[in-house]
Amino acid sequence: MRLAGNITLLFALLPGITAFAGGTGSVPIPGARFESVLPEAPGTKIANVAPFRLDVSLVSNADFARFVRAHPEWRRGSVKPLLADAGYLQHWANANEPGESSARKPVTQVSWFAASAYCEARGSRLPRWHEWELAAAASDAVPDARADPAWRQRILAWYSTSARGVLPDAGMSQANYYGVRDLHGVAWEWVLDAGSMMVSDDSREQGDPDLQRFCGSGALSLEQKENYALMMRIAMLSSMKASYTSGSMGFRCATDIEERR
Amino acid sequence: MARTTMTMLLAAALLLAGCGATDKTAPSSDVAADTGGSRKGDFGPPQGEPVHAVLTSPPLVPPATNRKAPAKVIVELEVIEVDKQIAEGVNYTFWTFGGTVPGSFIRVRQGDTVEFHLKNHPGSKMPHNIDLHGVTGPGGGAASSFTAPGHQSTFTFKALNQGLYVYHCATAPVGMHVANGMYGLILIEPPEGLSPVDQEFYVMQGDFYTVGKYREKGHQAFDMQKAIDENATYVLFNGAESALTGPSALKAKTGQHIRMFVGNGGPNLVSSFHLIGEIFDKVQYEGGTRYQENVQTTLIPAGGAVTVEFHTEVPGNYVLVDHSIFRAFNKGALAILEVSGEPRPEIYSGKQGDEVYLSDKLSNPEAVATAAVASASGTLTREQQVKAGEVLFKGTCSACHQENGAGIENVFPPLAKSDYLLANRKRAIGVALNGLTGPVTVNGVSYNSVMPPMSQLNDDEIANILTFTLNSWGNNGGVVTSAEVKAERANTKRTEGAAH
Repeated sequence: MRLAGNITLLFALLPGITAFAGGTGSVPIPGARFESVLPEAPGTKIANVAPFRLDVSLVSNADFARFVRAHPEWRRGSVKPLLADAGYLQHWANANEPGESSARKPVTQVSWFAASAYCEARGSRLPRWHEWELAAAASDAVPDARADPAWRQRILAWYSTSARGVLPDAGMSQANYYGVRDLHGVAWEWVLDAGSMMVSDDSREQGDPDLQRFCGSGALSLEQKENYALMMRIAMLSSMKASYTSGSMGFRCATDIEERR
Repeated sequence: MARTTMTMLLAAALLLAGCGATDKTAPSSDVAADTGGSRKGDFGPPQGEPVHAVLTSPPLVPPATNRKAPAKVIVELEVIEVDKQIAEGVNYTFWTFGGTVPGSFIRVRQGDTVEFHLKNHPGSKMPHNIDLHGVTGPGGGAASSFTAPGHQSTFTFKALNQGLYVYHCATAPVGMHVANGMYGLILIEPPEGLSPVDQEFYVMQGDFYTVGKYREKGHQAFDMQKAIDENATYVLFNGAESALTGPSALKAKTGQHIRMFVGNGGPNLVSSFHLIGEIFDKVQYEGGTRYQENVQTTLIPAGGAVTVEFHTEVPGNYVLVDHSIFRAFNKGALAILEVSGEPRPEIYSGKQGDEVYLSDKLSNPEAVATAAVASASGTLTREQQVKAGEVLFKGTCSACHQENGAGIENVFPPLAKSDYLLANRKRAIGVALNGLTGPVTVNGVSYNSVMPPMSQLNDDEIANILTFTLNSWGNNGGVVTSAEVKAERANTKRTEGAAH
């Protein structure tokens, strides 16, 4: 607690600095045309992703605490119920502090609205699904490991464990081909377009034109059905409304490369 | 989306309201008339105060509803992801309805209006939903119940069809949710209720797929490839190897009428459900209305269920198995029903004796051995040959020629007082060695069949068999020696590779 207090003091003394730089920075991801599991429209498989920068690691509780102190409207208890449900930051020691033991862990129990506000305040945004998918297709060795069954099985292992365990610290997993960490095996992640990529509530439905229109693509229109890890990501995102929070849903930020120049 | 489905469901229920409700007394079997299915399953709007459904964990079954009128029944089911032992020293993360595999048992009455609350525990990693096979409506409730962690969904349906139904999670990837244990049973009682029994049990089979081998220790992750290949690591009753064995065995007494609600969650395997030592007096296969009687083994499809009834007579342990039997003894599909009570020796004696039993030519190996030793030392007597030959004859020859040597008329020729046998000893040796095919006349009766060569027997053995034959059933005696057989064998040309 004393340590956290010192950090608060430090940032209070430096009000001019963007008070939450996001500890580990970001890396550039080259743009690509690639086959997505969630095509942009029926009949197309290829997603076009422009070059972008992506945070190396998930936003930590300490990062998010700095944001909350600078933007008290996002404090637990102050946030509008429309923007975050009752679980919002419930795991924190108090409305301003996550508590020492979870400071370095990825922040969870944050709504899509809160995650978006954090990124916006940092001059960035949440990554789009296709951006996240492109970055997450990389193993440590190659940019697209999705056809490697051993890699897929390693990824699946996380989904076979319960969410009751303690989260690892943010940024501690092995960096992938692009230098990005934590994309697998740590937490779910909000994406910018989560609201428009709804999977069907009943994943077995298919071909219903209303569903295509209102719910985006149903699970059975997913390409690469063997890629179960991504299917679960999409199912999870589609079960979450923008105000929902979950103990295993975190986020990271992205920026357009042009904006940086 | 959810709202649309629910509206449609309610609209369908309203359309159906008013028809039926008169013919409640259709018997459940033995009568050609059907029960009317969903067409006669709507008994009008719910009456009285809403009822909270009693949910039970396996192997327990909730009490009968004992209601005579349709009610509004509130079901609150919580989805919890739990780490539990799947086998001794092996942990697995199960996704459960109510904390157990299979999930909580739900019991309602046909015509009830069920207000279903699905709660997804805040500690869950996954979103979940529920498809109840007993629901009339798109997805069986799946779309209406899709629920993020830390949230709950509500939908309402009218239970139009009576029967025993599986429910399961239908969230992508469906197979994985089911493979992790997300299934259970809902019983929709017929309006008149089920006949009273002494005990009811809830058992459900499922197949499980782990990265590690069967009983490999530690926490085991789900193996998607094995699941796709339908190569189960475990096949279990009630979600664990020890769920229904040892101290957790099902318990009953003699003289009880037992009913078991048995489901199969799958995801892949069809069960050959069998109770070792009992016969099912009644089986309502597929959980349907009609029953079959006196059933030994019954199929339970994945995503299907069966109601079995039987009466206990004899105390002891009875074993529930999937009679696709390697699953029982190598993958865990075993459960025990312990029946206590007074022995009933008039029905089943238990073991009454334990004696040495040796089949075939080894039933009296001593005689054969004595003869062999005597033959080697040149002291073999006719009596020794007859004794050894009798043993060998019983093992090798009596299946066709019969133990009394009388054969079977027109099929297998007699050896007793056989003119064909006794007329030519050398020919008899040849027949024994080489078999006989084609028409022969024995004691005035024609035979036309095939005797295979017995050349696998050694010279001593054939000599002894023939000597026994010549000295039995009133035959006129005589001895065949090993040397004679040897000579005949040497005279016989055999095809390459044939037995010698």
